[in-house]
Amino acid sequence: MSTATNTHYNYKVVRQFAVMTVIWGIVGMVVGLFIAAQLVWPELNFEPYLTFGRLRPLHTNAVIFAFGGSALFATSYYVVQRTCQARLLSDGLAAFTFWGWNLVIVLAAITLPLGMTSSKEYAELEWPIDILIAIVWVVYAIVFFGTIMKRKTKHIYVANWFYGAFIITIAILHIVNNAEIPVTLFKSYSAYSGAMDATIQWWYGHNAVGFFLTAGFLGMMYYFVPKQAERPVYSYRLSIVHFWALIAIYIWAGPHHLHYTALPDWAQSLGMIMSLILLAPSWGGMINGVMTLSGAWHKLRTDPILRFLVVSLSFYGMSTFEGPMMAIKTVNALSHYTDWTIGHVHSGALGWVAMVSIGAMYHLIPKVFGREAMYSTSLINTHFWLATIGTVLYIVSMWVNGITQGLMWQAVNADGTLQYSFIESVQASSTGYIVRLIGGGFFVLGMFVMLYNVWQTVRGTNAEEVKAAAAMA
Amino acid sequence: MSSFWSGWVLVLTLACLALVVFVLFSTWKVQRKDTTEDTVGHEFDGITEYDNPMPMWWIGLFLGTLIFGAVYLVLYPGIWPGKFDGILGWSSTGELKADQEKHARQYQPIFEQYAATSIEELQENPKALAMGKRIFLNNCALCHGSDAGGAFGFPQLTDHDWLWGGSPDEIKMSVLNGRNGQMPAWGPVLGDKGVRDVASYVRSMSGLDVKADQSALDNGKALYATTCAVCHGNEGKGNKMFGAPNLTDDTWLYGNSQTLVEYTIRKGRNGVMPPWNEVLGPEKVHLVSAYVYSLSQEEKAAE
Repeated sequence: MSTATNTHYNYKVVRQFAVMTVIWGIVGMVVGLFIAAQLVWPELNFEPYLTFGRLRPLHTNAVIFAFGGSALFATSYYVVQRTCQARLLSDGLAAFTFWGWNLVIVLAAITLPLGMTSSKEYAELEWPIDILIAIVWVVYAIVFFGTIMKRKTKHIYVANWFYGAFIITIAILHIVNNAEIPVTLFKSYSAYSGAMDATIQWWYGHNAVGFFLTAGFLGMMYYFVPKQAERPVYSYRLSIVHFWALIAIYIWAGPHHLHYTALPDWAQSLGMIMSLILLAPSWGGMINGVMTLSGAWHKLRTDPILRFLVVSLSFYGMSTFEGPMMAIKTVNALSHYTDWTIGHVHSGALGWVAMVSIGAMYHLIPKVFGREAMYSTSLINTHFWLATIGTVLYIVSMWVNGITQGLMWQAVNADGTLQYSFIESVQASSTGYIVRLIGGGFFVLGMFVMLYNVWQTVRGTNAEEVKAAAAMA
Repeated sequence: MSSFWSGWVLVLTLACLALVVFVLFSTWKVQRKDTTEDTVGHEFDGITEYDNPMPMWWIGLFLGTLIFGAVYLVLYPGIWPGKFDGILGWSSTGELKADQEKHARQYQPIFEQYAATSIEELQENPKALAMGKRIFLNNCALCHGSDAGGAFGFPQLTDHDWLWGGSPDEIKMSVLNGRNGQMPAWGPVLGDKGVRDVASYVRSMSGLDVKADQSALDNGKALYATTCAVCHGNEGKGNKMFGAPNLTDDTWLYGNSQTLVEYTIRKGRNGVMPPWNEVLGPEKVHLVSAYVYSLSQEEKAAE
């Protein structure tokens, strides 16, 4: 391998993470489909391991950290090498991140159904796994930034700014929010208490969205959109301003998860204002992505990969408009605790994160496996429509449910008592839950189409072609 | 909040916003006016970047939200906690208090009009009972069910079986001040065999099919007399003074299987009905009590 070090990129770890992106995507989304089914047929709760309460964190952890995380590892390792014209700092450390990260995922899949949880949303894993995550993440940072240090280009490409910000911030968020006092090997308690604990949890929780699911995937977007469209990025200046504004302001937005709670008034106001100011910096990425296509719109007719990328940007723009709006306290009074929040999350998670990852994977997989192209372009197109229809059904049903619930909970009788009991709002939501299940079914079906397409693409590869593909230009 | 932390919030917030404004304006100042085909000269894996200006509408949107934020932080608490609470003098506790006062002004008379009417008389007033029902659905249905049918550990309210008594006054007392039905844990006292035998005997009292021989039942009976009879009575008819259930009927709050009855005896039970006086106030408690009373009256009338 010593000869390859200077002449070839490390595509092995990219291939591994790319394949696991598809597999963990299917696993996480099938669990999601199952818990959506539980909301339609509560009999599907099999106590104690397969209840909604235990499977829901498994779903969120699997889709965010296993599926999304694998996509970020795969693309960041690919992009950092190609845009720096340098092989990864260390093959051994890169391999460690792959096996370490997958060990984390397997441990999560075992411990969460067993009911082991630190009970913090999106940070449920218990302390031994938290430590493993921290170690893997620090090694990831070493590999990524070490590769940037080795770069042959003078400047650092914008995609790498976003990946870099994501890696650094996630390390800080993870370590601070998971400060906990172990009681046994499988149980710990948070080092913080009360409103302080809640504030730190949502500082973490919202920036898991902001840095894991936004900054990281914007990094992905900044490479794969111009690459697939074969067009220059629209505006370098916009990149600079929206990057700094995004990372400076996102970190303040967490308190909007705690409107109308014991959180002090000043923190709620500040959280709301910062969330509103976040609108323009978020949209900067969408504008830069979509405008990159100016002059290349005709390609959308023939290239379903580009369709995935452009539609993902549309959903990104929509959910980053919806988010600041929902952070306004008056709107939040209606939307909070309703299915609207679930719809908002999934317009980001399915429409933006999953779609941009899928597009990036379709671009990257043939390249790292030494193939001309994906096995079937029409199957990519099929996947595109399944994913789009699934996402729209999901979001619309949750909007309808959320607004219905919010209005029902607020409705009062002439004597000031509430017009509806809680269970009536659950009954009113049942149709929405069925539509959501169907939407989720479409999306999962698309992932199986992808699995088949990927399998057909990679199964005929031979070592020579794979090695040739990794040659530096 | 100490002056230090208050200042910390102020300085960090302003520094952050100042940085963002500086990056925006310094870039705005030097950028071109019109779109261009020129790139900035970098190239990464074949990707170049145009030197296009930021769209004006986007800059306008950005400035609009910044100005909105500045105005909001002058009006409301936020920027300098504890030192400057906004010129409107708004606070969430203040708003809550105002809302509650308004609510009381608007609706309290509606409930007060029935406060002097006895629960028996209210049975003839469908309007009052409908209001009681709404209060029940908003507050009580969570545990007792929308149909007041109860659930495991939560009494059913439509039969005539009452732990704490079913007269209007007794019902109202239960709602007003709450109840705490405590069954102590007898496992350590009775031992495994004792628990089993007592459970068998107790189940036999209501005619349930018991798989135990006569000596076990005799042992159970003896233990019952010394341990359980104090509250549940020699005949097992219960005692509403302590909320001790009648053991001879077919109403079982915590299940009537051998396993569950043994569990109840071994570990005890702690049934809590919260006091509602502070939450609802006496007028609403009066109305909801009337409604609950009506549930068992309908049943009687039907019989």
